[in-house]
Amino acid sequence: MSALRKISVQREDFDVGQETRALASGDANIGAVVAFVGLCRDEGGRLAALEIEHFPDMAEAEIAGVADEALRRWPLAGLTVIHRTGVIKAGEQIVLAATASSHRQAAFEAAEMLMDFLKTRAPFWKRAIRADGVAEDWVEAKRADDDAAARWKA
Amino acid sequence: MKVRYFSWVRERIGKNEEDLDAPANVTTIAEFVDWLASRGEGYAHAFERPAVIRAALDRKHVRPDAAIAGASEIALFPPMTGG
Repeated sequence: MSALRKISVQREDFDVGQETRALASGDANIGAVVAFVGLCRDEGGRLAALEIEHFPDMAEAEIAGVADEALRRWPLAGLTVIHRTGVIKAGEQIVLAATASSHRQAAFEAAEMLMDFLKTRAPFWKRAIRADGVAEDWVEAKRADDDAAARWKA
Repeated sequence: MKVRYFSWVRERIGKNEEDLDAPANVTTIAEFVDWLASRGEGYAHAFERPAVIRAALDRKHVRPDAAIAGASEIALFPPMTGG
């Protein structure tokens, strides 16, 4: 049976419970679902929101490439990646990387790799909007994210 | 060739995209970025640190030494910060 693969780049919020139930249903051999949810922080009250720009089509294609890589490396029953764009207020959800497998190790590792690759390969850019409404500079890419992605190079 | 800009590269240049034909001696992404930087103040500001600029040819990531011949779209942008 081929693995379920759901990828979505969307403005709307998502329901983690609904997404993980959908991922786990239809295969009684799934023993583990891991769901990573990235949230918008307020950095101690300083930030009101993030604005996320993306490169349409390429964003979906890059996530699909990362998803295919995860499916090649681990025995997954399925995975779901949702990345939001537009203005996301502090406390709201930004990204979901969920994986399903017979055992937890594959699900944990695959979810971690999905996030590490997504951060360095998928064309999204964040800008912080301060609590007083002023747009700050664009978020700088972190060297630590490149290092995290490099861990998975075979 | 269609050229697209994102994030602060887009803001500094002041446009999302444009159609440009590079001179014949411009053959790689790095040369294309150098050529763009000479086109005016906004471009010079966008590409003042060419080493940080990332590129995609026809929506696939490429390195600065990639040949641009045959591509129909070049996208230039800062390092990605999604997730």
